[in-house]
Amino acid sequence: MSEEFEPKIIAFVCTYCTYAGADLAGTSRLKYAPNVRMIRLPCTGRISPMFILKALQKGADGILVSGCHPGDCHFTHGNFHARRRWTVFRSLLNFVGIPQERVWFSWISAAEGNKFAETINKMTEEIRKLGPFKQYQQLIEEMETPAKV
Amino acid sequence: MARIGVFICHCGENIAATVDCPKSAAALAEHPGVVVSMDYKYMCSDPGQEMIRKAIREHKLTGVVVAACSPRMHETTFRRACAEAGLNPYLCEIANVREQCSWVHSDREKATQKAIEIIRSMVEKVKRNSELQPIHVPVTRRALVIGGGIAGIQTALDIANAGQEVVLVERDLSLGGHMAQLSETFPTLDCSQCILTPRMVEAAQNPKIKLLTYAEVESVSGFIGNFKVKVRLKSRYVDIKKCTGCGACWTKCPARKIPSEFDCGLGNRTAIYTPFPQAVPNKPAIDRNNCIYFQKGKCGACAKICPTQAIDYQMKDEFVELDVGAIVVATGFQVQDTDVYGEYGYGKYPDVITGLQFERMASASGPTGGKILRPSDGKEPQTVVFIQCVGSRDPSKGLRYCSKICCMYTAKHTMLYRHKVHHGESYVFYMDIRAAGKGYDEFTRRAIEEDHACYVRGRVSKIYPQDGKLIVRGVDTLLGKPMEIAADMVVLATAAVAQADAKSFAQIVGIGYDENGFLNEAHPKLRPVETATAGVFLAGACQAPKDIPDSVAQGSAAASKVLALFSKDELEREPVIAKVNEITCAGCWACYLACPFKAIEKKEIRDRAGKLIKRVAYVNPGLCQGCGTCVALCRSNSIDLEGFTEKQIFAEVMGL
Repeated sequence: MSEEFEPKIIAFVCTYCTYAGADLAGTSRLKYAPNVRMIRLPCTGRISPMFILKALQKGADGILVSGCHPGDCHFTHGNFHARRRWTVFRSLLNFVGIPQERVWFSWISAAEGNKFAETINKMTEEIRKLGPFKQYQQLIEEMETPAKV
Repeated sequence: MARIGVFICHCGENIAATVDCPKSAAALAEHPGVVVSMDYKYMCSDPGQEMIRKAIREHKLTGVVVAACSPRMHETTFRRACAEAGLNPYLCEIANVREQCSWVHSDREKATQKAIEIIRSMVEKVKRNSELQPIHVPVTRRALVIGGGIAGIQTALDIANAGQEVVLVERDLSLGGHMAQLSETFPTLDCSQCILTPRMVEAAQNPKIKLLTYAEVESVSGFIGNFKVKVRLKSRYVDIKKCTGCGACWTKCPARKIPSEFDCGLGNRTAIYTPFPQAVPNKPAIDRNNCIYFQKGKCGACAKICPTQAIDYQMKDEFVELDVGAIVVATGFQVQDTDVYGEYGYGKYPDVITGLQFERMASASGPTGGKILRPSDGKEPQTVVFIQCVGSRDPSKGLRYCSKICCMYTAKHTMLYRHKVHHGESYVFYMDIRAAGKGYDEFTRRAIEEDHACYVRGRVSKIYPQDGKLIVRGVDTLLGKPMEIAADMVVLATAAVAQADAKSFAQIVGIGYDENGFLNEAHPKLRPVETATAGVFLAGACQAPKDIPDSVAQGSAAASKVLALFSKDELEREPVIAKVNEITCAGCWACYLACPFKAIEKKEIRDRAGKLIKRVAYVNPGLCQGCGTCVALCRSNSIDLEGFTEKQIFAEVMGL
């Protein structure tokens, strides 16, 4: 590969904290890696593990789940549900062979534009080191062309 | 077949500088389902909105994507424009290509590619949007104001004067709160009682205000416009309907040596008592713990003397249920316990008093009749030391914040002292003088220049008695010298702290509080009166230490929020709520347990004969706030969130 690998990161964020934090990074004109794509949800509690799987299937190399700090959830405790679900799901992913370093979790408040930009930059670098996420595509290819006996 | 319109805004140069808008529009025009794709300099301007409206009509669009600034900025604007052209507003989505693309990237090619993907993803989402109708919730036009201090009184009066009903709940025997205890008020030195008591009477006599004193809120359920509140009416052992407030009972009561809470322990009261002579309502109650009848079983002096037979020793607490549409919390503050400052000897030396005790002493209706007298021997103190920031701004004592009112009331105390004891000397130990407010700095300067208060910048390390005086040992940090003053009396400006039960109370009402127990506003700058719970508002010092003008201003602000809510018969709410598929719901109640708003109800499904077939989850549209926690938890995928459905999110991901 002559060109440097550009990872694709899909971020599932809540609208009240992290989405607003990302907006703040924008209004503060902070610069960060253009590798992230945001999916806005009302609350991290809305994030189903299926979204993460879908994103990986679509070709994401890294996933970020980010919401309000503990105790700050607009819906009082949606972020706790998200954290619990994410913790279990991440180890499950690990079990089926998807490196858990690809699935990140963070608390970024509406006032933390800086933290958002830093998180995205750091994550882009880390995922770049891991390289592209190919397992899913390989699996699909293998299923389409059964191995010769 | 979807017919989507894409409208890309340049936002002047804000977006166009890093995102190639015409190229993005051209790329999106190729996307399946997109029938019109255009870009324009300012989409939010009137000509820009007209472009959208025209395209909706001409191309019979079934969905609109506006690629512009954050939806937090102009979603409402563009949705309204769509509605004007006859398109359901919930068929319009915003692709955020400014805050989250053009402003944060500098590589034009990459930014353009990212913008195209963001817009494409939104197009895929909007294809699966459905028409939603706003939810209408009826509003009960009656407000509950909790707390009868100056903030609560002001709120109740403003709401009532606008013609709406108010229930004012106060947990003490009388309205008035802390303001009733004060002597004179800064910066005008007008008497607190003179300006407060007419307001108390006005509140009690207003036909629109229902006053519940000696009552506490037990529970709150429901939601904006439709709260159900249970209030405990604590038993006074006096029937206030029969009582005329003649005072015969408390003049006869033999238990007379009970320290008065209202006078901060400087004076005494009887077991059957009103807190102060101007109390509203001026009806007494029996303090069970100090009453001889209740403790020893015999006395009954008050019952014998009462001309209207109002005394009822058998009285029990009663409960009332109230339906209200809005709640204003004005529960106030309390003064910090001085135990944390052992070195100042409060409680050990009787002549070390708190600022609030000084207020009672200086009050014309107080225990000394307005004379400044030492509690130990009743003599007039010739030298008084005032210590500011006792507790406040001292992280080692647990409080990092400034109590805000102490600088001003200490300056006032030095003036009151000088006006009453003409040759008296006063010293003030301070950290900084914070006198921001109309006429406030002039006031503190007056204390120093005209009433000769000696301000010493520094802290006091120890107070100890010697020869009938209190030796105050401190340091003058401006001169860099230690200092010792032989004082007759010491006044501590103790911190204003949250009510001891503020946290449990906040949980009853369902609102947030900060690390210090003060109640949280929805936004510190732009929504200082609202709480995160719709329909619950804040007024006064329950939110943070406040002086009287600020409390009154916030009380009026809270009233205006309540009145705005009451201005319509029905509330209109965003239809972003959860919806249950009753066919597949198995009634496992995972959603029921997880819902933070208790919006999930158990609904019975019966056949024609009335036989119960099954129980399923039902979402109360008035309570649901649309967080979607239940959706992600549902094992059988039987709940979905309108506006953020599974289909929409999957499509959004696949569009990237």
